[in-house]
Amino acid sequence: MKEILSVNDVSFAYPTENQKKNRKAIDHVSFSINDGEWIAIVGHNGSGKSTLAKLMIGLLFPDEGDIRLFLEEVTEETIWELRSKMGIVFQNPDNQFVGSTVQDDVAFALENKGVPFEEMVKIVHESLELVKMEEFLNHEPHHLSGGQKQRVAIAGALALKPELLIMDEATSMLDPQGRDEVIRIVSSLKESTNLTVISITHDLEEARLADRIIVMNEGKMLFTGTPEEVFAQQEILTSIGLDIPFAMNLSNLIRKNGLALNGEYMTEEELVNELWTSHFNK
Amino acid sequence: MLEKMIFGRFIPGQSFVHRLDPRSKLLFVLLFVFAVFLANNVATYALLLSFTLLVIMASRIRLYFLLNGLKPILFLIIFTFFMHLFFTREGVLLVDWKMIKVYEEGLRQGIFISLRFLVLVLITSILTLTTSPISITDGMEDLLGPFKRFKLPVHELALMMSISLRFIPTLMDETDKILKAQLARGSDISSGTLKERVRAVIPLLVPLFVSAFKRAEDLAVAMEVRGYRGGEGRTRYRQLKWDFRDTIAMILLVVLVGSLYFLRG
Repeated sequence: MKEILSVNDVSFAYPTENQKKNRKAIDHVSFSINDGEWIAIVGHNGSGKSTLAKLMIGLLFPDEGDIRLFLEEVTEETIWELRSKMGIVFQNPDNQFVGSTVQDDVAFALENKGVPFEEMVKIVHESLELVKMEEFLNHEPHHLSGGQKQRVAIAGALALKPELLIMDEATSMLDPQGRDEVIRIVSSLKESTNLTVISITHDLEEARLADRIIVMNEGKMLFTGTPEEVFAQQEILTSIGLDIPFAMNLSNLIRKNGLALNGEYMTEEELVNELWTSHFNK
Repeated sequence: MLEKMIFGRFIPGQSFVHRLDPRSKLLFVLLFVFAVFLANNVATYALLLSFTLLVIMASRIRLYFLLNGLKPILFLIIFTFFMHLFFTREGVLLVDWKMIKVYEEGLRQGIFISLRFLVLVLITSILTLTTSPISITDGMEDLLGPFKRFKLPVHELALMMSISLRFIPTLMDETDKILKAQLARGSDISSGTLKERVRAVIPLLVPLFVSAFKRAEDLAVAMEVRGYRGGEGRTRYRQLKWDFRDTIAMILLVVLVGSLYFLRG
């Protein structure tokens, strides 16, 4: 197993005029991620998760501690090299679409890296195939839905064959359908390649699919664990402003009302199956 | 009104003109503008006009559609015609009716100048109608390439142009959204005095500017993390290809200029 990212005792505070009141946006956070993992970093607004994302992609540098990507420390000198090994998808589908058509946008990172034309055409087609957008080669961004634009953004991020994909609130501006499309694509990519995924989100439905969840609150890492372990702490999650998935919540309430249900219910479908078979002879 | 305006619009197609390289089309138009000034008698103007009609035919854009879309400019052309007709006092007096006096030279000048104007407008319209804005940008970047030596930021200019083109529809949508939001709050930009209307536009422009700056910041970050570090060492995904047909277009232009030179009086 290879280490992809490690965050070692990192603190960061945004510079403000009033030095004293300067609350740390990130407060002594440490964790590490190995290859092939899917990690979700969750937290409410102001929990520091977006700052953490900016630190990971080198838009900000930590005040204390260090961040290592692929075992190399993130500094101003190394960041350009490190960025070419990771793909990043941001929140707003429109504001990260650089090219005038789908294929131009996917090619953007390749052009920057100086990849020869013939190779570029091949990679662009392959990347778009991965996100099932190959029929939209010549489409302009304003003729695509939000979910489609985010899929193009993923294709653009994948063009350089990165080992790490970071999704910074990539589904938060999408409608439920678009969100499902994007999540499905990332899940299937995860299956077919050994891609490491970090998704930063406030949506616990999305976090449910991760191997491990890191819960952030007020700049600190509150706790970390598998989705089952994290969702078991319902009271803590609610107290920091995170809603646990609907099906989870419902099954907890059912249980509270005295109906015995088997297992931990994670999806709506599983819950429905459990409910309609609950009077069978077991 | 705006839907009918075709100036600056692009009509996708597969005609001979559509498939020309944007560089050859830009060069063609540039040289054509100079060629137009060579014409100075009936034969040369007839040649110019028929050449223009030939180009229009090769572009497969219907003449009616073209003229209909250029109506506002046609008015200007007709206006120029009458200005020359009434105010040139040379040659034989043709019409003398009350206040109006029309001379032979006036008629000649009027026809020639408005023809010159018409031909120029038609050819430039054909350029923008048959070339997508992004190809025009690519063509310009390539043609301006030699000026890099004189510190002209050609790549940056072309990138700025292509990004602005890409964001026009996005910002149009945004304007529409803000307009509706303001209408829902009781703002009214379609009535009142001019001063009131201008004032009503401000609550529309301010949010639009704020959001445009926000978008610009996001876009800059997205470009940076995708490794954009300026034009050095970049390759290009949009390739321009100079074809045989581009050479034909250039040869035709040379033939035109040659015959104009030969026929002019």
